[in-house]
Amino acid sequence: MKDKKYLFKRNSTWWVKVAVPKSLRNEFGFDLRQTTGESDLQNALKHRDKIVKNLKSRFTKDSNEFALPSDKLLEKTDISDPQYFHKVVDCQYACPAHTNVPEYIRLIAQRKYTDAYMLNWESNVFPGILGRVCDRPCEPACRRGRTHDKAVAICRLKRVTYDNKGDVEIYLPEVPSEKNGKKIALIGGGPASLTVARDLLPLGYECTIFEKDHKPGGLMRTNIPSFRLPEDVLDEEIYRVVEMGATLKTNSYIDKLNPLLKEFDSVFVGTGAPKGKDLNISGRNRGSKNIHIGIDWLTSIAFEHVKKIGKKVIVIGGGNTAMDCCRSAIRLGAKDVKVTVRSPYSQMKASEWEIEETQEEGIPILDNTSPKEFLYDDKGKLCGMKFEKMKQIEIDGKKKMRPTGEEVIFECDDVLLAIGQENAFPWIEKDIGIEFGEWEMPIVDKLTMQSTHPKVFFGGDSAWGPENIIWAVAHGHQAAISIDNFCSGISLKERPDPMTNLVSQKMGIHEWSYDNDISQAQRYVVPHAEMSKSLKDLKTEVELGFDEEMALEEAQRCLNCDMQTVFEDDLCIECDACVDICPTDCINFIDNDTEEKIRDKLRVPAINLDQSLYVSGKLKTGRRMVKDEDMCVHCGLCAERCPTGAWDIKKNSYKESNTLSKRIKAKEVA
Amino acid sequence: MTFIKPLNHHPKLEKNNLGLTRRDYEGAVSSLCAGCGHDSISASIIESCFNLNIESYKVAKLSGIGCSSKAPAYFLNQSHGFNSVHGRMPSVATGANCANRDLLYLGVSGDGDSASIGIGQFIHAIRRQVNMVYIIENNGTYGLTKGQFSATNDLDSKNKYGDDNLFKPIDLATMAIQLGATYVARSFSGDREQLIPLIMGAMQHKGFALLDIISPCVTFNNHAASTKSYDYIREHNEAVGKTDFVPLGEEIKTSYDEGTSVEVNLHDGSKLSLEKTDKNFDPCDAGKSLNFMREKEKEGKVLTGLLYADSTAKDLIETLNMTETPLNQLDQDLICPGSKILDLINKDLS
Repeated sequence: MKDKKYLFKRNSTWWVKVAVPKSLRNEFGFDLRQTTGESDLQNALKHRDKIVKNLKSRFTKDSNEFALPSDKLLEKTDISDPQYFHKVVDCQYACPAHTNVPEYIRLIAQRKYTDAYMLNWESNVFPGILGRVCDRPCEPACRRGRTHDKAVAICRLKRVTYDNKGDVEIYLPEVPSEKNGKKIALIGGGPASLTVARDLLPLGYECTIFEKDHKPGGLMRTNIPSFRLPEDVLDEEIYRVVEMGATLKTNSYIDKLNPLLKEFDSVFVGTGAPKGKDLNISGRNRGSKNIHIGIDWLTSIAFEHVKKIGKKVIVIGGGNTAMDCCRSAIRLGAKDVKVTVRSPYSQMKASEWEIEETQEEGIPILDNTSPKEFLYDDKGKLCGMKFEKMKQIEIDGKKKMRPTGEEVIFECDDVLLAIGQENAFPWIEKDIGIEFGEWEMPIVDKLTMQSTHPKVFFGGDSAWGPENIIWAVAHGHQAAISIDNFCSGISLKERPDPMTNLVSQKMGIHEWSYDNDISQAQRYVVPHAEMSKSLKDLKTEVELGFDEEMALEEAQRCLNCDMQTVFEDDLCIECDACVDICPTDCINFIDNDTEEKIRDKLRVPAINLDQSLYVSGKLKTGRRMVKDEDMCVHCGLCAERCPTGAWDIKKNSYKESNTLSKRIKAKEVA
Repeated sequence: MTFIKPLNHHPKLEKNNLGLTRRDYEGAVSSLCAGCGHDSISASIIESCFNLNIESYKVAKLSGIGCSSKAPAYFLNQSHGFNSVHGRMPSVATGANCANRDLLYLGVSGDGDSASIGIGQFIHAIRRQVNMVYIIENNGTYGLTKGQFSATNDLDSKNKYGDDNLFKPIDLATMAIQLGATYVARSFSGDREQLIPLIMGAMQHKGFALLDIISPCVTFNNHAASTKSYDYIREHNEAVGKTDFVPLGEEIKTSYDEGTSVEVNLHDGSKLSLEKTDKNFDPCDAGKSLNFMREKEKEGKVLTGLLYADSTAKDLIETLNMTETPLNQLDQDLICPGSKILDLINKDLS
């Protein structure tokens, strides 16, 4: 897997995205983005570091923690900043909703599945769904990928919490029967709206969800095939939210916003990016009923309007929708399915694991193949497609796709177009105060999710284009805080702080509250259903999930990164015991210098600039303890070997605030 | 719950010429008290062997009894080892050295093992110039038997319970120079920058190399009235200079003012370069060195660094004219040449 850190692809161009530390989000929003101007990953990588540095420099003035090497001598690390240790927990930090991953993995290890599920539910609302189809930004971030070989199967462990949980109803937050009199309209029944509803209902808000289809769920329901996400999982988690007391209006397509603005105190728009792109090449105008827009076709399958497809099918596109389309086509009875991608294989947009599964099912992916013409037989029926072979060439250091002149023709009965999605807001009146910017996208505040109309908030794909479910959830949480502030007359910029705690885990001699024995096991592979069966049925789930034995073993692979090594300067006698015992040579006692020089002088040079150095104050000999957080396996042996207790292992609990915790805090203060 | 060191290591961990990392020179996880100076010395030995590209199987670790003598279990777990009777390690080392000159003999002893029960053996090993590195992990106390004074404890020092020490200490480094050791250094477990080059120098030296390493006992002798505590040594430590190990074939890059630097040639062609802090000190002159040590002792300082070195002396096996081939590699015919040869010898004698 190529290192795609900071990079994401939008409209075939690689962009750099840098997360903004929570404390600075008031000023900068969730993240800063800049295009690399490159369509090729290799080239984008060349620009990445410079852009990252640039973007980071915008918010480093006030925050040492993120400063890149400078001429300044290193200063003592401020561990009272909740972001310092949060950043050490790579998975939690990478998750848009900041789910406390190590904690729920420990709960799994203790076989407390219901607790683990609820911990997830509180932060990401759809653990069963996300445990199957999350984009998993946590896994590339996982420390285990650096210290060992592969990341912990975090996403699959999340599914384990769903599969093994008991009754959760008793743990759900109480929803007051007496309402607070504020009415909120939620347009679109997808993950963003459902998250807003879940966050606002317990506060006494009256939430009404408007869903255009006859069942809520948005793209989670319509675009993710059942063989990846079974309907009962969807229904359970979606209706759990609805049944908390939301008013659900299905088959209610909203075609005007203005009436809602009059009827409701606030409106949240979570309508996704529902428009599939079309392919305007020769022959498209003949309007064959055998050419389908991928996401619409998937929707028709989900609602059982489509039950069959031709024998020969071509899928055009290299993203996850293309993968879902071809795999669905096989299950509907197609015998010859192929995927064509314009770019080289290595630059496909689809997630690695989805490409893998597609190939395992025997579906060929033809790269460097660009569609040129739809072909028809004498009777005017679609019979094939002409493609042009492409090759990548470099012009001025930029990689571009150019036709080779070679043409190929593939026979087909049906074509599925999966070449991207767009937002569409034909239903928002142009004169009610909602401004649209580039690409017809609404102008939305990065922090508050508020549009240019104070009452209207956006979230999920409808805010900034196609992302994934976990981002929609994160947006939903923030929008709910904003709506609550808005309805309570509090400034939207007043965001609740995260709830943090740092507590020693020492239980006795050689005794810690967590299992500090580092498992050296390799990542466990999730078992799959027998292909002969799963390929014949749209509803047979392909992944079977870990059984309990595997789950418990996989859980042991977690390095417990929230178990922080905390250093107390005054207690240290500089005996070097920690330096010697550290299995990954993280700890150093060294004379102070600039960050750049210190990074170079450590026992093992700290070349991963994304990872912080933990620096002590001046010690008795004038040196400083400098720990490179990069490779720490959180085994606690430094604290184990420390004669004076200068090192301790403290659990850093970090909980991103949502409206629920905000209220609890307010009560405590009162 | 564990105190077993995980097997994985930093993927970018440096490798030496043999393709080994520091971790490859480790031993079992130490069962000494957390913070023990001995562990720091073990780590320095590991680092030295790593730096010198030493093959573990060419090292023999020898020790007696005591906390210090347990330490060889915690480094070089692929090396030969002999844990002898209390104070008898020097005899075992002498015998082994005669039998096989190809191994690096690394004796690890403590102040009790060498300055009390084994002092006779210690003296004779030096006198005979056994080719070995003799490390004394000196903490001035009997840690293994709950903190009684050892023979190296200073007169003014108290024990953990407040009792006075009534006797003067034995200074093993001074004694070693007087007895003719050809490489004598004192160091402090808490100063690895000084310690590692000294161990490397000792390993490459031919002849008896003594390292008297002050190694605080965190449990019994690291209190305010101790003269072998981390704090006391850090306050009173006076180094004779900065020692650098210069491997064979490398030039000494630093240029020092005239009269302030000394080079000591080592057996394999490598060098120790010493940048002196005092012009009057000369590690090549035993008399001057002893005087200097006495002066510093009077000032209440703990003098550390390379105190004496002589790279020209003969070692035991040269003196005894021992066979170059290790005894275990000699053919049966050579070891036992038969009755005809015996008759010849007997004729010679008559």
